[in-house]
Amino acid sequence: MKYILMMNTMKAGEGIPGWPKKDLQAHIGFMRSFGKELRESGELVSAEGLSFPDQAKLVRAGKDGTPITDGVFPEGKEFLAGYWIVDVDTPERAYAIAARASAAPGIGGAPLNMSIEVRPVMSAPPPEML
Amino acid sequence: MTPTPGDATSEHLLRELVPQVLGAVIRRFRDFAAAEDAVQEALIAASLQWPREGAPNNPRAWLIQVASRRMTDHVRRELARRRRETAAAMELDLTVPPVDAENETDQDDTLILLFMCCHGALTPSSAIALTLRAVGGLTTAEIANAFLVPEATMAQRISRAKQSIKASGVPFQLPTSQERVARLQAVLHVLYLIFNEGYTNSVGPQLQRLELSREAIRLTRSVHASLPEDPEIAGLLALMLLTDARSAARTGTDGELIPLTKQDRTLWNQTEISEGIALITAALSKGSIGAYQLQAAVAAVHDEAPRAEDTDWPQILALYELLKYMSDNPMVILNHAIAAAMVHGPSKGLELLRPLDSDARLAGHHRLDAVRAHLLEMAGDHEVAIACYRLAAARTTSIPERNYLTTQAARLNESTTSHDRPIPSADS
Repeated sequence: MKYILMMNTMKAGEGIPGWPKKDLQAHIGFMRSFGKELRESGELVSAEGLSFPDQAKLVRAGKDGTPITDGVFPEGKEFLAGYWIVDVDTPERAYAIAARASAAPGIGGAPLNMSIEVRPVMSAPPPEML
Repeated sequence: MTPTPGDATSEHLLRELVPQVLGAVIRRFRDFAAAEDAVQEALIAASLQWPREGAPNNPRAWLIQVASRRMTDHVRRELARRRRETAAAMELDLTVPPVDAENETDQDDTLILLFMCCHGALTPSSAIALTLRAVGGLTTAEIANAFLVPEATMAQRISRAKQSIKASGVPFQLPTSQERVARLQAVLHVLYLIFNEGYTNSVGPQLQRLELSREAIRLTRSVHASLPEDPEIAGLLALMLLTDARSAARTGTDGELIPLTKQDRTLWNQTEISEGIALITAALSKGSIGAYQLQAAVAAVHDEAPRAEDTDWPQILALYELLKYMSDNPMVILNHAIAAAMVHGPSKGLELLRPLDSDARLAGHHRLDAVRAHLLEMAGDHEVAIACYRLAAARTTSIPERNYLTTQAARLNESTTSHDRPIPSADS
């Protein structure tokens, strides 16, 4: 079963950019070894980190179909910072992986306990239907 | 591993030989992981050499010889390394015993390998991957494609599975007769899972998935050939054939799911149906009934009906009664309720579903909601049926099934004119 683990972070301006160097390095080091761990356990399908939220644009089609972009949205409470897709045997295993990511070190090495949204990725139908 | 491109016979031959060669090499050197690498190297050598110089007279012996030579090199390197590290003098007899052309243990080796790959120490996904690789002879890339994960992920999964096997210290021999039943159960379960993986996802990357079903049938056939007297193995093979026979009718032109009752039965594969029926009839006559045989018998009853309305539901109900005694599987209770509804009417079926609400294994499972929706619709309670269809649609993790269930809700909603609430949009 595949699950997507979506990491949501605090709003723009309060995130990583303002951290002390030592804490930043610890955080980056954790994320790197966490990714390696998932690759080596044979569970990682894909993972991507996203740009900082101040780079986000909202896009909508205009009347003639041309894109209309709308500025930056710092008022949002939480932003998607990145995601992992894992292929695991049980939902419990997906939750355990999410909890590890959630506890990534923050300022002073204290766990961030970020909220990680875990949702099943749609997949194969069950054997036989009515 | 594409031995001689375009040469299907040769590829088929190699696939048959892989577990035999691997078994022989493991038997000799007792190292699963290294043996597997050596056999892969031998296959590469074969793919380079055979098209140019022609296949050898005894391909199996050739492959064992080349793989064994690779293993000897590997052992020598390992020994040299250890000597350097420990400076301890170790002597090992490195002479490779001669390859005997006639080997009565070929079938046994394939079977032993299957028992190893389906070991209880492995998670189902690891056991499936290892079985397809070591016994099925599929490449890591092919297996990764079939499960839609990156090749590196699958390679890692397989290598960890091999390490677990090594760590568990399971000897390369057939399990004792006391262990046999439990271990065989695990093997059949893994084969069943491989079949379902292939069968259930006929939408999406179609070819790879169908390949998995074919592979499961091929492997089950070889187990059946090794142990022809075991009625549960025959039952599983029959179940696969009788289910696979309907695959062409299961999806519409746009990949949408078509339920059994609406399928065009002229598309069913009659060759597979006859073979499946012959197998299950012979197995049942042996008198040692098991769950796979009963499921195959149910599939046979469906396959024998020329039209959905000709289905012999009383017989299916009787088979599910037996299955209920035999296993504590909530899916069996669910199917039993459907059969009871078809024989005694929807209210009987709904009554049988009620205790499942408090069954932790099915609580929140979309199948329970979907079956209840169907029975409520049969009973004419359309409003609650719509709610149940929508609940099931929200809970399934299958896109084709979600499409099917939301469409059912929309259809019923439109035919029930008193309702004009908005229909939630279906997925992309």
